[in-house]
Amino acid sequence: MNLYKYASPVNFYPLAGKIIPWFAIPAAILFAVGLYVGFFVAPTDAQQGDVYRIMFIHVPAAWMGMFLYVLMAIYAGVGWAFNARLSSMMATSISITGASFTFLSLVTGAFWGKPTWGTWWVWDARMTSTLILLFLYVGFISLQASIDDPRRADRAGAVLALVGVINVPIIYYSVQWWNTLHQGATIRILNKPTIAPKMLAAMLIMLAACWLYSIAVVLVRLRYIILEREQNAARFAEVTA
Amino acid sequence: MLSTLFFFAIVVSLFPLGIGPETQLLRSIAPGVVWVAALLASMLSLGRLFANDYQDGTLEQLLLTPQPLYFIVLGKVLAQWLVAEIPLVLIAPLLGVQFDLSKETLLVLFVSLLLGTPVLSLIGSIGAALTVGLRGSGVLISLLVLPLYIPVLIFGAGAVDASIMGLNPQPNLSLLGAVTVLSLIFAPWATSAALRISLE
Amino acid sequence: MDWSQGGYGFYVWGAYLFALLAIGGEVIALTMRKKQILGQRKSAEEISKGRNNETTS
Repeated sequence: MNLYKYASPVNFYPLAGKIIPWFAIPAAILFAVGLYVGFFVAPTDAQQGDVYRIMFIHVPAAWMGMFLYVLMAIYAGVGWAFNARLSSMMATSISITGASFTFLSLVTGAFWGKPTWGTWWVWDARMTSTLILLFLYVGFISLQASIDDPRRADRAGAVLALVGVINVPIIYYSVQWWNTLHQGATIRILNKPTIAPKMLAAMLIMLAACWLYSIAVVLVRLRYIILEREQNAARFAEVTA
Repeated sequence: MLSTLFFFAIVVSLFPLGIGPETQLLRSIAPGVVWVAALLASMLSLGRLFANDYQDGTLEQLLLTPQPLYFIVLGKVLAQWLVAEIPLVLIAPLLGVQFDLSKETLLVLFVSLLLGTPVLSLIGSIGAALTVGLRGSGVLISLLVLPLYIPVLIFGAGAVDASIMGLNPQPNLSLLGAVTVLSLIFAPWATSAALRISLE
Repeated sequence: MDWSQGGYGFYVWGAYLFALLAIGGEVIALTMRKKQILGQRKSAEEISKGRNNETTS
């Protein structure tokens, strides 16, 4: 079976259409299961009471924001290096979902922070790094939105994403440095307590749900990007009837 | 250039006006204020880095010369640094006096900016190259580049801050130097790639 | 389950409400994009049909 034909956006379009339900439906199921385990099975925490249950969405959202950025950079880089339009389109599609999760992780983090530390926002290393990640996403999305020529937008985004992904460890390290200099050891957030198995189970199920959801949503958006960009491709009309 | 210099000076002076003249407070915010003002002033001058050459066709010609684009870019960045950033470095100690900084701290401020402004030019050139010829590129460059400036800001302002608190600024300055060296090696390469992408 | 979440109900349910808005918002934005694309294709088809009719008159 010739898989290479799926590298063409027009050929990938119907394949994506078939794949999407296999991710969307399990995602919905896992969200339901995860929330059930998180709210009905996992016990109340000894130290944090019930507020900790925000973690079941906050932590997966934060991880998705980070993973998706790296994935976006990889797809963008491959799209640039191999001149693969479909790969670049994936990067563009991922950027929106990644930014959305990153923003969500900041908001849920604030909702967790207010009852826990008394303020809606804390300049700890993790939240600050997540905020900077959101800025990186915004930069990528803005750059691509500002360029009319799709291929230039693809490649410019690739350079920016690769520069960003290389800088992320440096930025993270510098924020950690900044945080320890200015706060010392007085505030230790999430002091790595051992997490109860039922809590961990809920968190992992929610993480899996977020992954499946992301794949589904990214593929749906990818199809729309293909519809918008591939009007002149051969077989476009028959494939997108 | 002069407008960048005046912008830098004005922005720095705005903060005491906005916050209050209390000496202790001003001394503590000085490192951040001066450094952020330097970042913003750099952003202003970056838009012009490739704009003129783009408009009169010189930029296209530069891409066609046999010389590696890396060195051409390095040359342009060096020129921008000498013309736009060095004046900031030179005037910063004067502005630092407005914040009642000691002589030792003013020296650290000077050194930190001397070490850090090349990074502003180098990383800024990547943003300038990506946005050549685009409408509204000025604001866009800021969006792209300011997050990448954060390590420089942290180490640069951190060094001055350490000096104010009587601590050794060396660790921050060393980290800043490391970032400068890394930028010197890698940024012109990214800028060259970005120029080719913007102009094809 | 404790619906008031130990008194922290506002924060817990507030956080999950935002999650619902983020995920729901993303899905709604996609459906709106689809409508927009389909609308554009319809009008493009009608324009080209209109042109075809002209050539036969």
